[in-house]
Amino acid sequence: MILIRCPYCDEQRPEVEFVYAGEAHISRPQNPNLLSDDEWAEYLFIRKNARGVHYERWVHAHGCARYFNAARNTVTDKILMTYKTGEPKPSVEEIAEAAK
Amino acid sequence: MRYSALSLFANALSGHKKWPEQWPDAAPKPSYDVVIVGAGGHGLGAAYYLAKKYGVTNVAVIEKAWLGGGNTGRNTTIIRSNYLYDESARLYDHAVDLWDGLSQELNYNVMFSKRGVLMLAHNVHDVQSFQRHIHANRLNGVDNQWLTAQQAKAYCPPLDISPTARFPVLGGALQKRAGVARHDSVAWGYARAAAALGVDIIQNCAVTGIRRGADGSVEGVDTERGFIAAKKIGVSAAGNSSVIMEMAGLKFPLESYPLQALVSEPIKPVFPCVVMSNSVHAYISQSDKGELVIGAGTDQYVSYSQRGALHIIEHTLAAICEIFPIFKRMRMLRSWGGVVDVTPDRSCILGKTPVPGLYVNCGWGTGGFKATPGAADLLAYTIAKDEPHAINAPFTLERFTRGRLIDEAAAAAVAH
Repeated sequence: MILIRCPYCDEQRPEVEFVYAGEAHISRPQNPNLLSDDEWAEYLFIRKNARGVHYERWVHAHGCARYFNAARNTVTDKILMTYKTGEPKPSVEEIAEAAK
Repeated sequence: MRYSALSLFANALSGHKKWPEQWPDAAPKPSYDVVIVGAGGHGLGAAYYLAKKYGVTNVAVIEKAWLGGGNTGRNTTIIRSNYLYDESARLYDHAVDLWDGLSQELNYNVMFSKRGVLMLAHNVHDVQSFQRHIHANRLNGVDNQWLTAQQAKAYCPPLDISPTARFPVLGGALQKRAGVARHDSVAWGYARAAAALGVDIIQNCAVTGIRRGADGSVEGVDTERGFIAAKKIGVSAAGNSSVIMEMAGLKFPLESYPLQALVSEPIKPVFPCVVMSNSVHAYISQSDKGELVIGAGTDQYVSYSQRGALHIIEHTLAAICEIFPIFKRMRMLRSWGGVVDVTPDRSCILGKTPVPGLYVNCGWGTGGFKATPGAADLLAYTIAKDEPHAINAPFTLERFTRGRLIDEAAAAAVAH
């Protein structure tokens, strides 16, 4: 079980309090009418599935019930940093700094 | 050497010290007609069928670790074909057809045991859904039948069917032709048979890149042991498929999750079939060694770690103890995890890719073992003919662009 810091509650809590909500930073298309089939497939189905640093969403279901983002290493499962929804995607350097 | 009662007897006389090695550990040659990435059951089987059915023997199977050490060696060995949709029924039933004669074909006992798979219905919705499955299966010629709770109890005596049970049993869907096989034997049997036909099996040789020529087609693979040229490359890398496909510049609709399983201490034969309960995320059978083999649902997050969290298997065991109270005092011996590559519609991707000469067999998610001979045969066909077989034509990558998904997500639920 992994430990996750909720950026809203500012507490590190066990994984069972949270629900995973898929890859982060996938934004809904601005002009859905103009999208080609390939672009729809990309938006709906294609995922990075990164081996290494993965940006993902979690929801603190048994806590504040809010969605937030996390950067996690998918080889070790360790959460490297968490940040609030709407905050910019941190760079690899920022993640390394936060994980220290 | 052909295995037989006679060879067993002859080797018994020499104290079983003179058995020849089953296949050689090959060193990579500079070039091959076909390179298969991933020496699990699917990849080794594809190499075998390429050599056996299509006469392509200049084939290498390259593997980053040891043969059969990925999901082939980590699954719960359940084989069944009672899938809802027509395309899936054909695909999985093709595999079960091949399972039927596999031990004889490979001259290797894969211990395919048709002991039946019973899927439990715990509520009205389950009953309706399973009845629909049974009717769809029967229209497709796939065997599947309804059992009442009493019939289920007769088929599987450890089952608790009392009306006050935490998970009441209202009945179940039984596929009698389904069962289990010995997973390691499948990989070893294919490896031995393929090597006998001239296929090189190269272990401890991770692929680090896929080289493409000026026209975009594949030229070969870069590996830890140097460049290996290949006219065609088949990727059968399960949980690491996204990583391999990215080397060829392709993005895939896959996510990799840990899937856990565990076994109990060995006991005398008590459990005659396979029982699955989709509603409570548990499936169970008893191996020939006597261990109860228990599978759980996937962990919730993307991971390549080959391990999962304890609360997942705790949940599974809680359900097992409710459905089979006689197992309450059993002790568990080992648990482990594998990394499964899951597609958005829970059906595999088996066919060509946008890169000429690159073929893919992935996305089997939590249920790849049952498909091993079928997937291997169809991957071999697709590579040899440069086009998908009629059975796997609906399962190509294009379906995610065309929108014609084969949505087994709800149909197969979590348990495979």
